[in-house]
Amino acid sequence: MLHQIKQVFHSPKFVAGFVIFVFLLLFSILYPIFSPYGPMEMVGNIFYAPGTYVSVVDTAQSSEKVTMNVDTAQATLDATLTDDTRNKMKTWLVNQAGIAESDIDIEDTETLISLWNENYDPELSTGMITADKRAYERLNTQIQTLEESGGIILATEDEEGNLEVSEEVDGQQFVNVNDVTNKVAFPLGTDNFGADVMTKLASSIGVSLRIGLLAGLIATAIGLVIGLLSGYLGGWVDNLLVFITNLFTVIPSFVILILIANSVGQAARGPMMVALIIGCTGWPWTARSVRSQVLSLRNRDHVNLSKLSGHSLPRIVAVDILPYLASYVVMAMILQISSGILSEAQLSMLGLGPSTAEATTLGLMMNWAQKFGALTSMSWWAFIPVIISIALITFSLNLMNTGLDQVFNPQLRDS
Amino acid sequence: MAELGKSVLKGEGITKVFGYGKTRTVAVDHVDFDFREGEVISIVGESGSGKTTIARMILGLIGITEGSLEFNGQPRDISSGKKRKEYWKNIQAVFQDPFSSFNMFNKIDDLLLDCINMTGGKHLPKEKKDELMTEACSFVNLKYAELTNKYPFELSGGQMQRLMIARIFLLKPKILIADEPTSMVDACSRATILDMLLKLRDEINMTIIFITHDIGLAYYVSDTVYIMEHGKFVEAGSAEDVIIHPQATYTRRLISDVPKIYGEWDLSTVGD
Repeated sequence: MLHQIKQVFHSPKFVAGFVIFVFLLLFSILYPIFSPYGPMEMVGNIFYAPGTYVSVVDTAQSSEKVTMNVDTAQATLDATLTDDTRNKMKTWLVNQAGIAESDIDIEDTETLISLWNENYDPELSTGMITADKRAYERLNTQIQTLEESGGIILATEDEEGNLEVSEEVDGQQFVNVNDVTNKVAFPLGTDNFGADVMTKLASSIGVSLRIGLLAGLIATAIGLVIGLLSGYLGGWVDNLLVFITNLFTVIPSFVILILIANSVGQAARGPMMVALIIGCTGWPWTARSVRSQVLSLRNRDHVNLSKLSGHSLPRIVAVDILPYLASYVVMAMILQISSGILSEAQLSMLGLGPSTAEATTLGLMMNWAQKFGALTSMSWWAFIPVIISIALITFSLNLMNTGLDQVFNPQLRDS
Repeated sequence: MAELGKSVLKGEGITKVFGYGKTRTVAVDHVDFDFREGEVISIVGESGSGKTTIARMILGLIGITEGSLEFNGQPRDISSGKKRKEYWKNIQAVFQDPFSSFNMFNKIDDLLLDCINMTGGKHLPKEKKDELMTEACSFVNLKYAELTNKYPFELSGGQMQRLMIARIFLLKPKILIADEPTSMVDACSRATILDMLLKLRDEINMTIIFITHDIGLAYYVSDTVYIMEHGKFVEAGSAEDVIIHPQATYTRRLISDVPKIYGEWDLSTVGD
């Protein structure tokens, strides 16, 4: 057995498929860990092209960036209200508005500004030279502008986490992206929901693989049990099971899939439910081929010998037949996984996939791209990466299957 | 030749039909036989003459379409799993292809342990089991110490077939069906294997049913020879009678087909 596993990893086809598959798997596991957004989180506007963004919208819609905005505003306030200015404000408030000196704390910016806003009135600036009056008016305008905070402040964070204003930019101005700390990077742009396509893709590959794995496991398990029983027991059990298998084979399984998926209803269709539905319709081919293999195995001498040794039926099936089928079953399961992923994509394209609120899958991403006109708006990043991912997954699985086939069927081995 | 004892296996009108309708094939057609204790019987015939089908029916691996089979003077009853197990303690087989007789995923020890367990040695201490297995292996000129923990595919065809005989040595059945046990092994191992089987027969007074297409081998080993053609026994009798003085044309043809090397086999008297 160990020898065979070693041989499997010497097959170039299997190794190539395995490497692609592991790469996709690692991507789907690791990328969401490093990505700052959730796969369904709205982080930008719809269909942003791939690249880096410095946009008021981006910053406003990201919770993290909002806090940074408050901090930068605070930093600007601190920068504008120097001690000198504060003292000037205090002097005016004491002399002109008649507020007690003890009530004013020039270190407390917030109270100082609210006091200023409550009491400042250009009419009260009596007994002052015109130049001073004008200076106070300008100061007032400056404070009011600060409150409105129209432009964008570029701030850099120092080691202690304090923000330091490096530049103040008008809303219309262009800036160097490298100066911006709170920039947003979308390697593959955003989709129709304004979610990061890269993060969504990673999560979708994960969910699709899980759907494929579960569907493949279910289909293989059902096919294996039916094939074993039908092939080994023979007689009327065989007739009945072959009849049922033929029923499922004759009716196109995709039609059954659509009917079941539709009758289950949108609300109940989670990813795992869809996997279950796909698994329950995909087994007939496995059952047929397992049956034919068992038919030839059950007349082999080692099975007869096992019977003569008085072994029970379950033991004969488990010990004398299953191990001989194992390599075939593994290969069939790999194909079932790949067809499970494709079935999910097909179903989702028809709008019968998992409900959209719960998870994202590769099929759903394509469905949304189609529904929201990604194709007509030339937003290739919303569907091309998805198509490539599906193609790569099925390609790698089929490659692994071919590699295994060559190891287990030496006749197919190329010299 | 050992003294022939009482009847152990008696068949009357044994018939096996495969398929139905257009595909209906009569593999075995109303054959009668009476095998005795300690007897060595050969069933000789071409491929497809129904030899192996008879063997499988006797073993109870396939059902009998028609006819009655008596084992030890009682009608054979293998209707339940327990009765089958009991029957198989008395009747065992060595198959043609040693390479397909082994489960390639199980170790050799498992095969021999199964035999010990079957003959009621399940609760013996491990040392005793090892001793039994060593004895069985040395009977067939194998060393248990070299075989333990090995897989069947690590052995040669001859070793595998000898191990099959070691299995019979442990089981000590009343009847052994040897379905072309030597056709897949080299000429050297062939003689060894036949000698071992005959030695085993002498030791435990076992009935051996040889299924073979090799009439020379049948003459060499058997007391009684049955010649089979198209599912029927065309001739039966002692090896001398059947092979030296054949009656049926089919038998003569079989004998004439035996290759003659340097005229060592002088069968010119046989006719044709």
